[in-house]
Amino acid sequence: MATHTDERMEVQAPRGLLGTRGTRERPAGGFELWAWLFMRISGVVLLFLAVGHVLIMHVFEEGIDRVDFDFVAGRWDDPLWLTWDWAMLSLALVHGINGLRVVVQDYVRPPGARFAVNMIFYTLGFILFVLGTVVVFTFDASRWSGAV
Amino acid sequence: MAKRKSDVGTLYKGSPGQWSWIAHRITGVAIVLFLFVHIVDTAIVGWGPEAYDRVESVYQNWFVRLLELGLVAAVLYHALNGVKIMLFDFWPKTTRYMKPLSLASTGIFVLAMIPIAWIIIKGTLELVGWL
Repeated sequence: MATHTDERMEVQAPRGLLGTRGTRERPAGGFELWAWLFMRISGVVLLFLAVGHVLIMHVFEEGIDRVDFDFVAGRWDDPLWLTWDWAMLSLALVHGINGLRVVVQDYVRPPGARFAVNMIFYTLGFILFVLGTVVVFTFDASRWSGAV
Repeated sequence: MAKRKSDVGTLYKGSPGQWSWIAHRITGVAIVLFLFVHIVDTAIVGWGPEAYDRVESVYQNWFVRLLELGLVAAVLYHALNGVKIMLFDFWPKTTRYMKPLSLASTGIFVLAMIPIAWIIIKGTLELVGWL
């Protein structure tokens, strides 16, 4: 019995993090618990925002063939799509970069390298968040004549 | 040589949870890398129709269309598997049905991908003039 347990411990090295059901075990508390919870809550919201977005832009009607400047201008004329896109931008970035942080935790062991890689992603994420936010909220199709 | 066995299977021939964990990770990383690029290409819309439509024309390429299909598949898989993860996390009793639930989420994914793949591949074939 004892050998059996030892063997399983050996095979199941990352057990504490991974568990046996392909999900990360819930952290005990602190930042990690909030991050864990955030991934699940934002995941539910993104289930609608991102899957909806992908289906609308790439599958329904003409898919990507109908997507051009006029199409985007028409959509962003509607506060619903503006809100949708901005919420998706924010949630997907934080969800994605926290996901990268978890992956980096598993594969980048030296503390200095891990810090550097994480900082690259955080900085990139921040820049992209600012860029996306500015473009979404300052976009004005009427600056280009002939547009919708 | 006898195969080592444990009640959760061996590491790489183990429970479906291990495969879905790897797939979840790969699709997640792929999606976030695409997201980085996609925020930049969408931001070009702020530089007017000429610039944006030129960027958008990368989709007029059969290989990019196949990448597009991969992206849709990755998002859908990640979403469905995410639902499964939350089921196990918030309602631990459901782990008793781990195998059927894994089968179900994979099944829904495959079923949904059939019409989606058909639509995108049809568009790609029309693009290259084979249809």
